[in-house]
Amino acid sequence: MRYAMAIDTKKCVGCADCVVACQTENNVPIGHCRDWIVENTAGTYPQLELEIRSERCNHCKNSPCVRCCPTGASHYSEGGIVLVTGDDCIGCGACIASCPYDARYPHPEGYVDKCTFCDHRVKNGQKPACVDVCPTHCMYFGDLDDPNSEVSNILKKRKYKRLIPEAGTDPQLYFLI
Amino acid sequence: MRSNRRDFIKISSMGIGGAAVAAPAFNWAEGAIKADNKKPGAEYKRTSTYCEICFWKCAGWVYSNDEGHIWKIEGNADDPHCNGRLCPRGTGGVGMYNDTDRLKTPLIRKTKNGKQVFEEATWDEALDVVAENLKKIANEHGPECVALFTHGSGGKFFGDLLKATGSTNITAPSFAQCRGPRETAFLATYGEIIASPEFTDIRDTKCLVLIGSHLGENMHNGQVQEMSEAIDKGATIITVDPRYSTAASKSKHWLPIKPATDLALLLAWINVLITEEWYDKDYVERYTYGFDQLKNHVQSFTPEWAYGITTLAPEMIRETAKEMANASPAVIVHPGRHVTWYGDDTQRLRAVAILNALLGSWGRKGGFYSPEKKSLPSYPHPEFPKPKRTWRDAHPGKYNLALEVVSNDICDSTIPSPDRACNFKGWIVNGTNLISTLPDLNNTLEAIQNLEFMVVIDTMPMEITGYADVVLPECTYLERYDYCRTDQHREPNIALRMPAVEPKYNTKPSWWMVKKLASKMELDDFFPWKDVEELLDWQLNQVGSSLEEMKRLGVKKFPREYDDLYFFKNQEVEFNTNTGKIELYSTDLAAEGFDPMPVYTKHKEPPPGFYRLNYGRSPAHTFSRTANNPNLTDLVDENVLWVNPQVAKDWSLKNGQPIWLENQDGVKSKFPIKVRITERIRFDSVYMVHGFGHSNKKLSRAYGKGVSDSELITKVLLDPVMGGTGMRGNFVTFKLENPNEEEVMS
Repeated sequence: MRYAMAIDTKKCVGCADCVVACQTENNVPIGHCRDWIVENTAGTYPQLELEIRSERCNHCKNSPCVRCCPTGASHYSEGGIVLVTGDDCIGCGACIASCPYDARYPHPEGYVDKCTFCDHRVKNGQKPACVDVCPTHCMYFGDLDDPNSEVSNILKKRKYKRLIPEAGTDPQLYFLI
Repeated sequence: MRSNRRDFIKISSMGIGGAAVAAPAFNWAEGAIKADNKKPGAEYKRTSTYCEICFWKCAGWVYSNDEGHIWKIEGNADDPHCNGRLCPRGTGGVGMYNDTDRLKTPLIRKTKNGKQVFEEATWDEALDVVAENLKKIANEHGPECVALFTHGSGGKFFGDLLKATGSTNITAPSFAQCRGPRETAFLATYGEIIASPEFTDIRDTKCLVLIGSHLGENMHNGQVQEMSEAIDKGATIITVDPRYSTAASKSKHWLPIKPATDLALLLAWINVLITEEWYDKDYVERYTYGFDQLKNHVQSFTPEWAYGITTLAPEMIRETAKEMANASPAVIVHPGRHVTWYGDDTQRLRAVAILNALLGSWGRKGGFYSPEKKSLPSYPHPEFPKPKRTWRDAHPGKYNLALEVVSNDICDSTIPSPDRACNFKGWIVNGTNLISTLPDLNNTLEAIQNLEFMVVIDTMPMEITGYADVVLPECTYLERYDYCRTDQHREPNIALRMPAVEPKYNTKPSWWMVKKLASKMELDDFFPWKDVEELLDWQLNQVGSSLEEMKRLGVKKFPREYDDLYFFKNQEVEFNTNTGKIELYSTDLAAEGFDPMPVYTKHKEPPPGFYRLNYGRSPAHTFSRTANNPNLTDLVDENVLWVNPQVAKDWSLKNGQPIWLENQDGVKSKFPIKVRITERIRFDSVYMVHGFGHSNKKLSRAYGKGVSDSELITKVLLDPVMGGTGMRGNFVTFKLENPNEEEVMS
């Protein structure tokens, strides 16, 4: 089992619904977020290109955050989901510094928090809240080990890229381009 | 200078605790509770609602517990408006409920020691004042001297109250400040208005043409979803916009048009379709009236002619016309929504309507489908008294083609004039912040000063509340019933809004206020229902449903009663126009003395050192309504000014630099706005999102954040056909230092 997410930059309009849905679903305190929007403009008027991405933890196969965590609070869960056990977190911040994607934030209640791929929903056969809410249906989630999963299928059909591959973390967010 | 009868009053503090402040990042407080995120579980029940954050009114489920905590709001999967997916504003609607800046108790304007203040009041006291004043105006001037401005669901109940008194002057800024020109133009052409949600068949289109319509930035949910589906299916998108909008970035063709010249492009497209014989000949012959006149009319409007006006290359105009023709009839030249731009808007939308007719897209799959709605009958009541006068009597003969009440005309007719029989004396304002909604603020304020009475019903201390005589705090949509949603769609359907939680503070739903007012005004007979549940249940029973069933379903669909979604092949169609045909040549416009076919007129250009002020939408906000919502300000808490890099260089502007704006009439922005230097905008215009720059300090998150485009829109280009307020003829220049001498009144 290998959970991954594909995000279609051709369809994403950057509305940030994924951000709000994540905040309410997971009680993320206002002022913080587990996912966010990046817009990149290239070119000069009127020869322009715009790429919009909904970003979050890449749930890397080779996660520096898990490696550097002194207490084991950061760990791999089923399907490669990277999670933080709040009770084991001492708030040293090493994981925040080690993440090339800046995907983690210090929760005001005293632990590091980040995207969980909504593991509580996934366990119940649902998709992550961001995927389910997206008005453009631009996100695909599933098991890469299953060749017939939605995410496997879309990656067969479409060109994609991953972010900062040179960091060597083997990220599991795939951006369709 | 005369003193104001009506000073702006800050909503006074009401003794409820201050706004919660999110804990700062990196606050590793000693003894902080460590816990995994607690996931709400079975203690959360779900109740049906439809969203009030915008007019799309998506149906959803509210998850709340007995303590009055709302966990989340999710879309209703059976709802065709949203297909189970709310937009960020709907998802963040919970912020409207949690906002501690809300109006909390009724307020009455009083003068104390020569100073006007709001005094907290009981509901009985406040409603007594409203009832007395409405009765007084009715007795002294006639009930029709009271007008209702509404852009909220609760307004329907106030509309009933107004009709019961004998006034039909019920107006929504969504007509004359927004989609009015579109409705008038399509009514003149097809005998039918577009209404909401638009019946554009985007999901099955092969070519979608957007003219200044920035879908994706305006989160008209169902349409954005269908645009995404169309992208998946390989549809061609053509976007006409001086700004590289999100939609432009999704388009095969982006036409970076010179602002204010859209009509020239539309006429050139019509010219090409006819000249090259790319139009749908059978359709035009079967269904339209006036083709020969149109052909004659557009003869000289060649792409070469349009090039000199629009700066768009002739080959680009031809190529995009060909794209549309190739996709015909599965093509949509989108009618847009906020279309009050330059004052000739009805004529521009007529050109859009004509273009669609030439492409044969009306009534065809992938073009415009035929919508249906399930209407709910009114609860039986005595017939409303016939009004002696209407808003039209203030200006006989004017705006005959306006099919709804023109809000700005009510405003104008409130300022006394000897040549008018009727001046408005009382306003009821529900769910619309007229200070931000109506252009030409000074005119609005002058009208307000001339009122004998104004009651404002809102959930938030919007600026308009500061001018009210009585403020009635409405509970949010998450805390109340309203009439069911019965909007049109492919399948007729209805949606229920019911309270998920008890109203916070001392707030009440509109239906309750109106029922009480009716009683105080001896109008009980018109409101014979006991409460809103009885009213809704009775209505639902008439269509074979019930309140109980709707609580379970949230959304109920009904079979279509009439024809198919599209015309059959060779179907004979009688259009609801004078000729029974689609009128390329409008007999209505001709009869009223307007151009029967659209004519391009040159609009004023910015003087040197000035830039056209364009404005638009953020997907995270609706008008100024959401500017203080904690969940949504967390996404976007201010607007920024888009400036072309060359312009920024000329002015030595830095990215993020706060600057002030001054318009062509010397009106300066109250607050600064941060510069966003971007290639995505032309050198001759600037752009900002509408709805920011709030001046009421009681909106603690919104106060002073960004600039209000509305305050800079002092030049109004009136559409002579239907009274729409064209708002894109304003020009601004930059002030690098604060030009305001004194601190602004809050």
